Amino acid sequence: MKDATPATRPENTNPPTEPDAKQRRVIVCAGTGCVANGAYAVFRGFAEQIQAAGIAVTTEFKPEAGSELRLNESGCQGFCQMGPLVTILPEGILYTKVKSADVAEIVAQTLVAGQVIGRLLYTDPATKQPCRGVAEIPFYRRQQRHVLRACGIIDPGSIEEYLHHGGYAAARKAFTAMTPETVCQEILRSGLRGRGGGGYPTGRKWEAARTQKSAKKYVICNADEGDPGAFMNRSVMEGDPHSVLEGLMIAARGIGADETFIYVRSEYPLAVQRMRQAVKHAQRLGFLGTNVFGSGLNLSCEVMEGAGAFVCGEETAMIASIEGHRGMPRPKPPYPAQSGLWGKPTIINNVETLAHTVRVINEGAERFRQSGTSASPGTKTFALTGHVANTGLIEVPFGTTLREVVLNIGGGITDRRGRITADGFKAVQIGGPSGGCLTHEHLDLPLDYDSLRGAGAMVGSGGLVAMNQKTCMVSVARFFMDFTQRESCGKCVLCREGTRQMLALLDDIIEGRATGETLTLLEKLAHAVQKGSLCGLGKTAPNPVLSTLRYFRDEYDAHVIHKCCPTGQCKALAKPSIDPAKCKGCQACAKKCPVGAITGERKQTHVIDPKKCTACGTCADVCKFDAVLGV
Amino acid sequence: MISNLNHDLNGTVAVTTAPAPAAHPAGRAAAITRIVEKHGRRSSRLVPILQEVQEEFRYLPPDALALVAEKLNVAPARVFGVATFYAHFAIKPKGKHLVRLCDGTACHVKDSIPILDAIRRRLGVDARHPTTPDLMFTVETVACLGACGLAPVVVVDDQVHGAMTPAKGVALVESMIAKEAAP
Amino acid sequence: MIKARINDLPVEVPEGTTILDAARQVQVCIPTLCKHRDLLSTAACGICIVRNKGGNKMIRACCTPLENGMEITTHDRDIVEVRRSTLELILSNHPNGCLTCERNGECELQKLAADFNINQEAIKRYVKETPPDTSTGSIVIDFTKCIKCGRCIQVCQEMQDVWALSFLERGINTRMAPAGDITLAESPCVKCGQCSAHCPTGAIVENDETQTIWEALHDPNKVCVVQIAPSVRVTVGEAFGLPPGTNLTRKLYSALRRLGFKAVFDTNFAADVTIVEEASEFIERFAHKRGALPLITSCCPSWTDFMEKNHWDFIDNFSTAKSPQQMLGVLAKTYYAEKLGIDPAKLYMVSIMPCTAKKYELTRTEEMYASGFKDVDVAITTRELARMLKQSGIEFLSLPDAEADSLLGDYTGAGTIFGATGGVMEAAVRTAYFYATGKKLKSLDLEAVRGLQGVKEGTVDINGTPVRVAVAHGLANVEDVLNRVREAQKAGKETPYHFIEVMACPGGCIGGGGQPYGVDNERRQKRAAGLYQDDRDKQIRCSHENPEVIRLYKEFLDKPLSTKAHHLLHTRYTARPLYKR
Repeated sequence: MKDATPATRPENTNPPTEPDAKQRRVIVCAGTGCVANGAYAVFRGFAEQIQAAGIAVTTEFKPEAGSELRLNESGCQGFCQMGPLVTILPEGILYTKVKSADVAEIVAQTLVAGQVIGRLLYTDPATKQPCRGVAEIPFYRRQQRHVLRACGIIDPGSIEEYLHHGGYAAARKAFTAMTPETVCQEILRSGLRGRGGGGYPTGRKWEAARTQKSAKKYVICNADEGDPGAFMNRSVMEGDPHSVLEGLMIAARGIGADETFIYVRSEYPLAVQRMRQAVKHAQRLGFLGTNVFGSGLNLSCEVMEGAGAFVCGEETAMIASIEGHRGMPRPKPPYPAQSGLWGKPTIINNVETLAHTVRVINEGAERFRQSGTSASPGTKTFALTGHVANTGLIEVPFGTTLREVVLNIGGGITDRRGRITADGFKAVQIGGPSGGCLTHEHLDLPLDYDSLRGAGAMVGSGGLVAMNQKTCMVSVARFFMDFTQRESCGKCVLCREGTRQMLALLDDIIEGRATGETLTLLEKLAHAVQKGSLCGLGKTAPNPVLSTLRYFRDEYDAHVIHKCCPTGQCKALAKPSIDPAKCKGCQACAKKCPVGAITGERKQTHVIDPKKCTACGTCADVCKFDAVLGV
Repeated sequence: MISNLNHDLNGTVAVTTAPAPAAHPAGRAAAITRIVEKHGRRSSRLVPILQEVQEEFRYLPPDALALVAEKLNVAPARVFGVATFYAHFAIKPKGKHLVRLCDGTACHVKDSIPILDAIRRRLGVDARHPTTPDLMFTVETVACLGACGLAPVVVVDDQVHGAMTPAKGVALVESMIAKEAAP
Repeated sequence: MIKARINDLPVEVPEGTTILDAARQVQVCIPTLCKHRDLLSTAACGICIVRNKGGNKMIRACCTPLENGMEITTHDRDIVEVRRSTLELILSNHPNGCLTCERNGECELQKLAADFNINQEAIKRYVKETPPDTSTGSIVIDFTKCIKCGRCIQVCQEMQDVWALSFLERGINTRMAPAGDITLAESPCVKCGQCSAHCPTGAIVENDETQTIWEALHDPNKVCVVQIAPSVRVTVGEAFGLPPGTNLTRKLYSALRRLGFKAVFDTNFAADVTIVEEASEFIERFAHKRGALPLITSCCPSWTDFMEKNHWDFIDNFSTAKSPQQMLGVLAKTYYAEKLGIDPAKLYMVSIMPCTAKKYELTRTEEMYASGFKDVDVAITTRELARMLKQSGIEFLSLPDAEADSLLGDYTGAGTIFGATGGVMEAAVRTAYFYATGKKLKSLDLEAVRGLQGVKEGTVDINGTPVRVAVAHGLANVEDVLNRVREAQKAGKETPYHFIEVMACPGGCIGGGGQPYGVDNERRQKRAAGLYQDDRDKQIRCSHENPEVIRLYKEFLDKPLSTKAHHLLHTRYTARPLYKR
C-alpha cells in the first residue's frame, strides 16, 4: 500500500481545478436533487456516447492522469435549482438542466469539437449574459467553498482520489507529528465553533474530554441532520465522505478515543451507504484498525442509523439511542465530555465541524481565521431554499450579510410563479424549527453566531428559507411548531404539553377562533417552554413563534382582531373574490374549481360562492388575468 | 465507482430498500435469531436490530418484537418501549405502495399540504389512519429529502416526483390504482 | 466541601450534594414532583427549576450538584411563573375528579396545585378516555390520571427488575402501560404494588375492597374475624400523623373489635408457626440431607410469583410452607372453628396486610382452600384499613388497649420481626439453632441480616458447622444471589448459601406496596426499628417457645411437617416461564 503524496493545495476556494493536469473530465452531479431529475440517465448517456465517439474513457480515478477522458459522478454541486449539472474540465464549463437527450450534442460539440453549447449555459438574469462556468456565475463566485471544495468534483467512492488531493494528511499529522494536547490547542486557537447549531468552541469541548482520565473515550459524529430544509451535512457526506471521516479521526486523536461512531439519520440512505463505503476503504488502507498511521494506536468507526427521531440530534438523546434505549435527553451535568456514552468521556461533533478540522490541522489555525469574523471564524455551509431564484447549497464566510446571501448569491426573491420580484423580500427563516426570522431591517446584518442571537435568531444548522410577500408568517410559525411538537420526546412537561397548547393556540389564530387572551397566553407559554424545558429541542421550540411575534405583530393582530390573513394564505380566513375589473369571463376558473363554487356566463364577470369555496387557490393558479383576489 | 451506487434502470435513488414479503411465523423465528446473533445478542444493538427486523418483514409485528425480547434476554417492555418511540418503526403493517410527501420547509412554503390533502382525500385516509383498508397504499409525510430544488416533492415507492401539484398528485395515485387493477 | 449561596444565604455542603438537598440547609424547600428519594432524578417535570447568578438559563435543582460560588435563586417572579405554567399544563391533562379519587387528600399533585393556587381555565383541557386496568385484582391503573412522571417505570424496571410497565410512544402520545398493551395480569407484573406506593397521583392504586368488608361486617350470617400482619402495626399510625415505627398493636386490636370483628388474631402468631415448619424443613435438608439446599423462604407472594416466572429452576429449593397469612386463615377455619364450635362455613376471614400481592395470594393455588373453604376471604392493605378507620367514627388514637383472641393471637419476638428484611431469617435461625443443637443461641440478635443493604450475608455456627445465610430485598437484588448459587451448582462446588430469604419490597414488608405513602429509607429504618423494639419488649423471643404454638401442635397438628401439617400448612409451586433462557 503506497503512501499518497499530498498535491499542492490549490489557492482559490472554488471547485478545485487542477492547474497542472490536462486531463479531460466530465463530472455529472449525482446529488439527490439532480438524481431526481434524471442525472443517472445522463451519466449512462455519457458513458455510451463517449465510447461511441471513439474517445478513450475511464470511470476510475488514476493518480497519473493519462490521456483518457475521465467520467465520474460527484456529490452535490450546489446549484440545485439548475440541475442536472454537468461540469467539463479543464475548460471549466458548467452545463445546466442537462437532459439525456442533450448528451449526444455535448459529446459531439464540446468534447469532440471543443465548442460551448450556449443554450445549456446558465444565463445571469441581471446581465442577461450566459456564464461559461463557475468562475462567472454569481451564485458560485460569491461563495468561499472550503468544506464543499471537493464536493461536486471528486468521485466520493474513490479513496484514491481523496488521497491524491492531500487526503488523510491531516489525520496522519495528528497521529504521528502531534500530541492530543497540541491537536486540541490548534483547534482551540482556530476559534472553530460547533456547526450543528450550538456554536460552542470546539477546542474547548475537546480539551474538556482530553483531560478526563479514562481508558475508554468515544467520539460521535452527529449526522442526524433533522432540520427540515437543511441538507448541508447530507451533501458533504454524499459528496466528500472521507473529509468527515478524517475529521472524526482528528477528533479521536485530540481526546484520546479509540472508538468512534457516525450517527446518520435513516432518511439519508445514500449518505449511510457512502459513509459505510468510506469506512471500508479506510480500513482497507489501514487508516482504521490497529496501529493507524503507524502510531501504535487503534481506531474503529461504526456507522449507525437513526430511526426517525429528530430529538436524537441532541447529544444525550443520541447517546441513549446508541445505547439501545428510547432517545430521551438526560439532565446535564454531567456533560458528555465528562460522562457520556456508557458513562465514558464522549465528544459529539457535527459533520461540518469535523470537516473543518481537516483544514485547520493541514493549514493551521491562523489560515483558518483568515475568513469569517474574529468571534465566528471560518466559513459555514447553508442550504438556501424557499422563494429564491437560486436554491441550493452554498458556503460563505461568517460575516457575510444576509443581503449578499439572499439577494446576490440567491439571485433575488421569487413570486409564486417563479418570477424574480424586486420588492418581494419579506423574511428569511434561519435555523429551522429552533431559529427565528430575519426581516428587511436585517438585510445588512452580518451572519455570525453573536449578531444573530442579538436579533432573536440563530445560525442553527444552516437552513435558510427565503419567504416572499405572499407568505403568512403566522402560518410559518405554526409549521415549525407542528414539527417540534411531533418530534418532542415527551419527557418534560413544558415541551410535551406546552408545544401542544401553543400549536392549538396558533390553530385558533389561523382558523379565526382567537380571542383577546390568545396572544397573551401564547407568549406566556412560549416564555415558559423556552426557559424550563430540559433540552435544546424544547428550549428553542418557541423561537419561531417569538421571532414572528416580534417582527410581524401586525400580521398576528390581523388574524386575531380582524379575522383576516393579509397574505391570503390561511384558508380559513381567506375570502377569495373575483375582481370584476380584470375578469374576462373566460370560464377557466369555473371549469377547474374542484367544488363548483364559481358561477358565471361566458364573457360575464364570474362570482365565487363563499359557502362552497374551500380557498384551495386553483382558480388563482389558472386565471391568466390575475383577476382572483384574496388567495 | 459506478457500481457502488444503488440505482435501477430508471435512474432513481432508492429511498427505501425493497420490502420482502412477510414471512411465515416459523420462518420469522429463524430470521430474527439470525439478526440477533449477527449483533452478538447485545441489547445495546436494539435499534439496528429492529431496523433489520423491519426490513425483513416490512413492519414490526408484535410477536416479532416479543421474539426479539426473548432472543436478547430483555423484557418485552424494553423492546416495545424502543419500538414505539422511533417514528421509523411501524407496528402496524404498511401498504404495498408507500406514498411519501415531503413537508420540509422548502416544500412546505411551496404548498405541499394541499397536495397531501388531495391525495389523502382520493385514497380515503388521514393522519391517524394512513393506510388504505385494502393495504394497498400508505400515505405519510417525511421531513426533507434534500431535493429542495424540486419542491414540492412526492416520493412513490422509490420514485421521486418533483414540482407536484394537487392535480398531479391525484393523477399519480390514480395511475397506480389502474396499474394494480389491470390483470 | 462546597460553599455557595442560596437565596443569598450561605450554605456549605459535601461535594455532590444537589441544589435541592443543599437548600434544605437554609430552610428553603424547592418544590418537586417527579423526584422521589428512592429513585434517580430523571429531570422530567421541571418544577424544581432554579437560577444561578441571575442568568437566563434555568437549571433543575433535583439533579444538579451545587458547585463552588454558585448563587442560586429558587423563587423569583419568573421562576414561579414558569412553575405555575408547568403545573397548569400537567393539570390540563389530568381529570378533575379529585373528590371521588382514592388519593383525595393524599395526592402530591393535588397538594402542589393547592399550594400554588392554580387557576387553569385559560388552557385547553386534553384528557383522553382510557379504560382502567383492573386485571390483577390487586392493583388498579387509571391511565387518565398518569402525569408521566416516570416513577413507576423506574420502580418496576430498575428497582424491582420486573419490567411490567414501560413508556410507549413519544411526545404527546407518551403513555405508561404494560408492553404491547397487554393487561397487567398478562404482563410480568408480580403485584408487589411498589408502583402504587411511589405514584404521586391516583393513577396506580390498590384495588380497594373495603366495601366488601363493610358488607360482611353487617351480614348476620357471617362471623367476621381478622388478622393483622407484622408490619402494619408500626405503619398505620402514619396515616394519623404519628411518627413511623409507632407500635399501635393493642390499639389496632381495640379498633378492630369496635369495627365489629368477632375475633381478632395476629398474623405474628402464624409467623411463629411458619418458623416452626420452616426451621424443621431446614433441619431436614441441612442436617438430614433430605431435600435441596439452599432453602429459600416463600412467604412473600410477589417473590414466589417472580420465581415461578423467572427462576423456576429453584422450585425445589423453595420452602413449601405457606405464608403466615394463609396459615392463619386455614387454622382459623379448622383449628379455631373446631375449638369454639363455630361452623367454618360462616367464618369470614379478613387479613390486613402491607401488601397488594396478598390479594393475589388468596387464590394462588387450590391449597389456599385447604380448610374446605377459601382460607382467607379478603386481604386489604394498610392504606385501606386507614380509610376504614377514618370512616368508622372511631377516635382511633384515643382507644384503650385491648388483647388479641387466644389460640391464634399470641406471638413471640421472632414472629413480629417478619415485617423487616432479614426478620424471617433471624426468626428461623433462632429456632433452627435450637432444633439442631437443643440449645438457645447466646445472642438472639442477628445483626448481620438487619439493615437496608440490598444483599446481606451472615454465618451462624451450628454445632461446628458454618451455616451461610443470605438475605435479599427488592427484586433487583435477587439475580446476583441466585446466579452465585447456579454457578456453584454448575461447577460442582458447595452451595454458597444454605438459607436464603427474599422479600420483594425494599426494606421488607415495612416498605410494602400497600403501606402509607411517603416511603424512603429513613422511614423504612424507623418502621423496622419499631418492630425490633417490639421484639426486644417480648418475654418470649423464639417461635418454638410460643405456648399457643406448642398447644396447637399438641392438640391439633401433632408435630411439625406431620401429614396434617402438610395438608393444611404447605403448598406447591409451578413453573410459569415468561422468557426462555
